[in-house]
Amino acid sequence: MTATTAAPEHLPGSGRARLARLAQRQGALVILVAAVLVSTFVFDSFGTAGNLTNIALQASFLAVVALGMTFVIMSGGIDLSVGSVFALGGVLAAWGAQHGTWAALLVPLTVCGAIGLVQGLVIARGGLPPFIVTLAGLLFARGLLLLISDEGATTYKVPAGSAFRELAQGGFLGIGYPIWIVLAAFAAGGLVLHRTSYGSTVLAVGGQEDAADLMGLPVARTKLVTYTMSGVLAGFGGLLMASYTSSGVTVLGVGMELEVISAVVLGGTLLTGGAGTVLGSLVGVLLLQVIRNVINQVGSLNSNWQAVISGTILLIVVTVQRWLATVERR
Amino acid sequence: MVTPTDTARPPSTGTATVLETEGVTKSFGGVQALRGVDFHLAEGEIHALVGENGAGKSTLIKVLTGVHRPDEGSVRFAGREVEFHRPAEAQRAGISTIYQEVNLVPLLSVARNIFLGREPRTRFGLVDTAAMNRRAAELAGSLGVDIDVTEDLGRLGLGAQQMVALARAMSVDSRVVIMDEPTSSLEAREVATLFEVARNLAGRGVGLVFVSHRLDELWELCDRVTVLRDGQLVHAGPMAELDRVNLVAHMLGREVADVVRGGTTEFGDTHRRDREPVLAVTGLDVRKRLHDVAFTVRPGEVVGLGGLLGSGRSETVKAVYGALPVRAGTVSVDGRPVRANSVRHALRSGVALLSEDRKAEGIVPDLSVRDNIALAVLPRFSRAGLVAERRIDALVDTFVRRLRIKAAGPHQKVRELSGGNQQKVLMARWLCTEPRVFLLDEPTRGIDVGAKAEVQALIDELAEQGLAVVLISSEMDELVEGADRIVVLRDGTVERELSGELLTSAALLAALAGAGAGSEEHDDE
Amino acid sequence: MSEQVAAPPRPAAPEPRRGRRFDADWIRRNGVYVALVVLLAINVVITDNFVSEGTLRLQLIQVTPVLIVALGMALVIGTEGIDLSVGAVMAIAAALIPLYIGYGTAVAIGMAVLAGGISGALAGTLVGRIGVQPIIATLGIMVAGRGLANLFGGEIKSIRDPGIVALGSESLLGVPYVVLIAAAVAASVWFLVRRSTFGRELVAIGGNKRAAELAGLPVRRVLTTTYVICGLLAALAGVLLAARSQASDPTKVGLLVELSAITAVVIGGTPLSGGQVRIAGTIAGALLMQLITATLIFHDIPDSTAQIAQAVIVVAAVYVQLGRRKAKS
Repeated sequence: MTATTAAPEHLPGSGRARLARLAQRQGALVILVAAVLVSTFVFDSFGTAGNLTNIALQASFLAVVALGMTFVIMSGGIDLSVGSVFALGGVLAAWGAQHGTWAALLVPLTVCGAIGLVQGLVIARGGLPPFIVTLAGLLFARGLLLLISDEGATTYKVPAGSAFRELAQGGFLGIGYPIWIVLAAFAAGGLVLHRTSYGSTVLAVGGQEDAADLMGLPVARTKLVTYTMSGVLAGFGGLLMASYTSSGVTVLGVGMELEVISAVVLGGTLLTGGAGTVLGSLVGVLLLQVIRNVINQVGSLNSNWQAVISGTILLIVVTVQRWLATVERR
Repeated sequence: MVTPTDTARPPSTGTATVLETEGVTKSFGGVQALRGVDFHLAEGEIHALVGENGAGKSTLIKVLTGVHRPDEGSVRFAGREVEFHRPAEAQRAGISTIYQEVNLVPLLSVARNIFLGREPRTRFGLVDTAAMNRRAAELAGSLGVDIDVTEDLGRLGLGAQQMVALARAMSVDSRVVIMDEPTSSLEAREVATLFEVARNLAGRGVGLVFVSHRLDELWELCDRVTVLRDGQLVHAGPMAELDRVNLVAHMLGREVADVVRGGTTEFGDTHRRDREPVLAVTGLDVRKRLHDVAFTVRPGEVVGLGGLLGSGRSETVKAVYGALPVRAGTVSVDGRPVRANSVRHALRSGVALLSEDRKAEGIVPDLSVRDNIALAVLPRFSRAGLVAERRIDALVDTFVRRLRIKAAGPHQKVRELSGGNQQKVLMARWLCTEPRVFLLDEPTRGIDVGAKAEVQALIDELAEQGLAVVLISSEMDELVEGADRIVVLRDGTVERELSGELLTSAALLAALAGAGAGSEEHDDE
Repeated sequence: MSEQVAAPPRPAAPEPRRGRRFDADWIRRNGVYVALVVLLAINVVITDNFVSEGTLRLQLIQVTPVLIVALGMALVIGTEGIDLSVGAVMAIAAALIPLYIGYGTAVAIGMAVLAGGISGALAGTLVGRIGVQPIIATLGIMVAGRGLANLFGGEIKSIRDPGIVALGSESLLGVPYVVLIAAAVAASVWFLVRRSTFGRELVAIGGNKRAAELAGLPVRRVLTTTYVICGLLAALAGVLLAARSQASDPTKVGLLVELSAITAVVIGGTPLSGGQVRIAGTIAGALLMQLITATLIFHDIPDSTAQIAQAVIVVAAVYVQLGRRKAKS
């Protein structure tokens, strides 16, 4: 509704438009539910409790990272560094585990948060485009990772018996801690978005940054917090992964930023910023994970189909989103 | 830095100065935007700030609101010298600004927009939604605005959004509210509400600064006026003591006699109207905007499209030009039908549209004057996929001279030109296409008075040369003096047509009045 | 060659603030060339055998894939777009060569380039006609494309076809074919941007899409064509890379090349916000990135330090460029 001078008091709320809006917001959820239902009937082994919790567990690492990315994208930015920071977090956690559980937790979160903070500073204060800054962050974090792992030659192991292993390998009520952590994190994320000043400010900044600034909103601080949190969460995802695998694998996270962005966009967050939901991102992550799981179920399928299908679904979803947007506007 | 706190407020006396500048000077890269401006705003007054584009209004506002810091001079707020470093500081101190474009978050509720950044909290530090909605509803009620505060802002009309912006300003207990062209996208009825709210605020002792290009509005609303020209203050005094002619004279820096002689517009007499129509529009229908719009334009004729905002004026010319999806209706030029929904075919048929939104739909800021002018003829001036540079150079040269475009040269970037010259560049762009029909949507909006006169004279000249012109203008004088006939639209249909004897401001006003009275006339001549 | 639009003789009109803007603007326009010259000079001094035919030739050969991709990327960025799929397209092209080499060299190369064109047409349709954001449309193609490349290729295959081998390793008058091809591509793209109607339209669309539409420019066609060109060039880069290494490894070919290409374009002075295309700057940007990598390798700087150094250089370079723009606006 930008190019029109005539503005009716209320935009049309016709049934079609409302349906379109619903589909826009919940489209990924519909696909997810459909995919789960179909797979349950087609593959005997899909619907088992074991497999479903496995999907949830596998998805939890990506989900943590996607939560941070959701806020970044809603603020109108992008964070390409999360894959590298994820890997760095894992390596630091495994390294820190040699010195105790606290070190395994605090070292990665501090370092990854610091990387996010610096990126946020350069973006918010320096006014550089997030795309470029976080691209540099991607290189920087990977370089740092290589530096502390003898150019990737050393893979730190979490010592046997370390309490740190429990974090991702243990569980409660038969459900792994990572799943609980993700649920708690997303609940907190939803609360932050809908019930704090910071949440509205993120949307305001993503919608119209100059306007937010003129309105006296703390634009720079909001971006700082957003990128710092993205760094912390990416590091935390890596930390969980290190706990899960009991080691700091140096080659993880390559291309992960793109997977995370896909998940967030699938979940209905607009890449232009200013709109989105936290829950949608979780749905997006689960959808990608279900696809991966189904490909594995079909033994004869080459695992490369997973990439092909994920990419195709992403293209279809964004195309439908565009189409729905035009329907909604009518 | 000194920021006055709420407790430091002196009692409201109604005449005390709340915000003032003393000798404020500001320059940007060698260009003096403000030269020693003394500006005084009293409590409870509505103060008009006027001047041509480039006179320094925006810069002054930005100095007052902490976007810019003055090079010299001082800003005093509530009796204390202040130095704001960011808009947030000015706002916290009690100076709110409402901008031309509505600057809120469409996807958040009205209440959240009003309290954005200052939401009431529960004891857990979360937003207290219930309290926020209640206070927002109270605030809206006190402004006399009836809206559901829980609805997403983006679902309200622009006028209602502007009210929300005002409510936001009030929610911070602002002592000064600056309104930068708040009415430019509002309908008359919404303007009336806005003015009521503004007077309401003034009644509570808030000082308001009001900027508008619609001169009529100034007498309707404002108590005092400050006129800027070339970054200097040229006049300050009560609004009532200044008539329209003198105001324009101050803005232009010309003698009063000159202004009177030329009237307020540069339009000449009526044009020939005995030939067959060039443009014929019948049964034009655009979903939810236009129903069965029909009119014709003869060569050499200027047909005005009258109507309040939202009546479908811009939509009509856009639909004719193929830039808006049309459901039904025909457009023909010289008897040949123009394909619907195709800008390129409309252009080829000899239709050109000067869009009202110069920035978003007109200029390509980083391209040169030359390339901007040549943009629409680029496909035409190409052979084998290559640009015919010499022919374009010659063409551009012709139009730069003919329209007296003031630029350092054809290769200066358009973004560096003044609004008036940008508008001339766009007119040149369309004239290059040798149109038979020229649709002009608010051709003089937002440009300084001097350029305005030149554009008006040019429109006259074009009509004399046989072009069929459709003119949209929010300024009644411009429409009445410029057009040979006025087609009045209301709610997307043709209400009536005014010509000959009936072509007067009074008749136009009457024709518009059905949907609620337009602004009053303030012709003091 | 650093101006983005053709400039017929400038009339002798006075340019205000010329002197003051000289430094900032000059650095923005020419910083990449200065950096390139400085780095070359440093290498002449500190690197043994740097000034030798072998070293320089190797640098030129190595830069060709990134350079060709960057030229296509510069066009896309000029429309205010971005193309993340170039690496995947390179991989697809490389993977197709061994599949079709049985039908002859020309057919194999033709199929590879055609695949790039199809991928570009898909991206162009999504962006130009459907209106999907470039970053998302090309992200989807990137993910799916890499998967497809792996499905086509599967594992490393060596290429023994004499035509392909010759393309990758032989020279004309001492200049390797791949370098000649890159030079020809650069010249063509330069000509396209500076002299053709298409180029002028592209820049206008990048500068203000709505205005270009209302001016009757064929916006959709130009956008689609731009992505097709970018796809074709990426495929060509994939072919040249496969020819040079005489092998195709779809899991490795073109990995992260989108990032190098974008960096080269941006360092070369083409703003991500569109509306300008700087070809010479892009070439210099690609050479600069190559030289930085090479310098670090010459001196046995470990990967870790090299990546950190690159990160800092990228941010610094963009800061120098954008710092001025920001100050101006």
